[in-house]
Amino acid sequence: MNKIDFSGTKSFTSTRNACALCAPLGATLAFRGIENCIPLVHGSQGCSTYIRRYIISHFREPVDIASSNFSEESAVFGGSENLKTALDNVIRQYHPSMVGVASTCLSETIGDDVPMALREYSASGRGDGVPVVQVSTPSYRGTHAEGFRGAVRSAVESIAKGGTSDGSINFFPPIISPEDLRHLKDILKDFGINGTVLPDYSESMDGGAWENYYKLPAGGTPVKAILNMGRASASIDIGLCVTAPLSAGRFLSEKFGHVFYSTGLPLGIEACDAFFRILSELSGNPVPEKYLKERGRLADAYIDAHKYLAGKRAVVYGEPDLATGIAQFIEETGVKTVLCATGSRGMSAGFSSSLPQIDGVKCALADDADFTTMLELCRDLKPDMVIGSSKGFYLSKNLGIPLIRAGFPVHDRFGGQRLMHFGYQGTQQFFDRIVNAVMEYNQNSNSIGYSYI
Amino acid sequence: MITVLDGRKNQVREKGRDDRPVECGRMSLAGSVSQRACVFCGSRVVLYPVADALHLVHGPLGCAAYTWDIRGSLSSGPELHRMSFSTDLREEDVIYGGEKKLRLALQELIEAYSPKAAFVYSTCIVGLIGDDVNAVCRRVSCEKGIPVIPVHSEGFRGTKKDGYSAACTALSTLIGTSEEKIAGEFSINILGDFNIAGETWIIRKYYEEMGVRVISCMTGDGRVDDIRRAHNASLNVVQCSGSMTGLAKIMQREYGIPFIRVSYFGLEDMSQALYDVAKLSCSGEMIKKAGNIVKREVSEIYPELQNIKRDLEGKRAAVYVGGSFKAFSLVKALRHIGMSVAVVGSQTGSEEDYEYLREICDEGTVIVDDTNPLELSKFMDDKGVDLLIGGVKERPIAYKMGVAFCDHNHERKIPLAGFEGMLHFAKEVHSSVMSPVWKFSPAYRLRKGIYE
Repeated sequence: MNKIDFSGTKSFTSTRNACALCAPLGATLAFRGIENCIPLVHGSQGCSTYIRRYIISHFREPVDIASSNFSEESAVFGGSENLKTALDNVIRQYHPSMVGVASTCLSETIGDDVPMALREYSASGRGDGVPVVQVSTPSYRGTHAEGFRGAVRSAVESIAKGGTSDGSINFFPPIISPEDLRHLKDILKDFGINGTVLPDYSESMDGGAWENYYKLPAGGTPVKAILNMGRASASIDIGLCVTAPLSAGRFLSEKFGHVFYSTGLPLGIEACDAFFRILSELSGNPVPEKYLKERGRLADAYIDAHKYLAGKRAVVYGEPDLATGIAQFIEETGVKTVLCATGSRGMSAGFSSSLPQIDGVKCALADDADFTTMLELCRDLKPDMVIGSSKGFYLSKNLGIPLIRAGFPVHDRFGGQRLMHFGYQGTQQFFDRIVNAVMEYNQNSNSIGYSYI
Repeated sequence: MITVLDGRKNQVREKGRDDRPVECGRMSLAGSVSQRACVFCGSRVVLYPVADALHLVHGPLGCAAYTWDIRGSLSSGPELHRMSFSTDLREEDVIYGGEKKLRLALQELIEAYSPKAAFVYSTCIVGLIGDDVNAVCRRVSCEKGIPVIPVHSEGFRGTKKDGYSAACTALSTLIGTSEEKIAGEFSINILGDFNIAGETWIIRKYYEEMGVRVISCMTGDGRVDDIRRAHNASLNVVQCSGSMTGLAKIMQREYGIPFIRVSYFGLEDMSQALYDVAKLSCSGEMIKKAGNIVKREVSEIYPELQNIKRDLEGKRAAVYVGGSFKAFSLVKALRHIGMSVAVVGSQTGSEEDYEYLREICDEGTVIVDDTNPLELSKFMDDKGVDLLIGGVKERPIAYKMGVAFCDHNHERKIPLAGFEGMLHFAKEVHSSVMSPVWKFSPAYRLRKGIYE
């Protein structure tokens, strides 16, 4: 893959139809993957409310995010008093096991020293001893993808402690679905691995029907488990684009001297093989029969469907880890990724040359992309399909080609929280969706109306 | 056990038990998980439906991203409002200032999209880094020959209401800039209807049938040129009074145009909205026509409403919406389908609004300003409601509690205004309350005393 050459396309100073959300969103999502943790956004009331609405539209679960609710006064004199009041109130009302504070462009611009405010807060005996983790997430510095990794990194930096190794393994996935997280935990169980997944919003963001209203939905990585992450024997970053300062796994392995692995999102046969190989190595157990069978079925499906997909061209976008994961996966199936785009800035650096070329076609890798620029590029790229979140409907509608929904947010379809992008099984589901989208398109765009394809 | 936070105790009242005024109009308590948004949100929602204007959000990415094509405000023509433009400020802009980026962004976008006007929304940090947005707007306006209007909507500068006010100020700079003179016939501007799912079109059709000329629907299927000549109208008809009364007052002061407040939700309020306009036209003919429309439309939906009412009779609702005028209408509309309101609140109501709510609600009704999910769940639980009316953020609260839900927010795709809207509303409520799915909700079973 080559970094995209924007020359010849009209480049705009503004961002038109952004392909990313702001950093605190990613941080709050990560915090909701910690058990009984309430996120608190240190900024305007709107920051937390917009984020809540966005997350709710995808997961369809209660998502309470507190705000320190800046006023004009706090913007001038500093927001630390508001932050402390907010902590008082949120701890009183929610009785959380942890509060995750994400800063905003507002609090960062006025230079609020959140760590100092938190030290003062606990020194004054307020907060009932509830741990407070803070992450710096001004949206002028990064997108939701970085906010997500940053929050995880902050959580381990401030909570994890060392000690005798307990033989466990830490896993740091990118933004994937609750269904993906459940599948990951099943895989670990089947390997006999004592794994800690952080964050784990598999239950908290996709829970059952309740008998009573819970202040915070159940589920998530317990704070105690994060505390023990320093005692693990290995840490694994999942995703190819995690930069060193945001890598929780790298931090833990360096601080506590255990093994560190970085592996791509296990999407597609080769990426899954690599991931399962690591699990096998670390557990000392062979890949369970069940997964070998899944792999077999997936390979069989690739073969069964290859004629439908041959030569198809796709535009792929999303957070760097997901977008690159999808691009690698579909190249295995004969689909060419003509554009792999992200609204983040860290993809091309992390992803460099690991993507194979097919038939000498050079795929464009675009950092800092927006959907309108992507649409303009598509006039030359002539894709047959678009793969990514619901926001790509804009491309799909304008180009008259199918959108295969994946990632976050999916808020124009039902069940985004149960879409799979992980493991052989997740790849299988994803693959079926892609093939079916092509078949459906062929069926609907053909005047004969074939009922047998 | 959920309790109301100390700092909020005076924002909650129960009719009959505590009839002191509801405290309101204040900033949300830090840490209270308010359902409100910010100043920017207030401005953005009011101006969003101006479909042939460029809407450029000046600031980092998030504010623009969250407001990309999320509202159901329809346009009969241009759809530039459905695009999301951001100056996407970066660290270097925060340090060195974003004026140059703003100017370039405006110049390029105006050239590429030929809008009739441009609104530039200042978000939180713009005020802090000291960008002179007014100066940039003036300069680009001169260069490009279209109005480029700054909207001072820094999120922390108050509440959503202050954002409404900033939007009204922005609109007022457009009004009266057209030379066009429209004289003679009785004419109105429709203010504060956002054409969600085509609602403005429904309302406009009624008024036009009465013989009223509609000069502009500023905030629903809005057009810059219509807004510029809006000062020609004989009357401003204001819905969503919390957001648009400010503009109506400006127009009264500057152009002597009187205004009335109306609501298009529910049978009484919809009818009243037609009668009030007809009366002010002083035309017997119009009053007669308004009567005919009401009669025709009501008789068309009445039988079906009666059928729905049979199923819903005696059920109880909680209502939590943005503006309190909508809450008034919903209390009345629910009565028409046999339901009473046990909990009612809004994000932005005034003391008088809550006083009026107390008048029209039953004894024991909880009246609340700027509530939060935990409080709301407690009130709903205490009162044993069968339905919650709110927006997307309230929906999961209802569903987890095994309570039916009706979306009455701006993201909905079904028109709930007008007479036909009343029928849609009744059907929406009915379809959720009467759904067979509730028997699988443990919370519902517990509430209804259904045991294995």
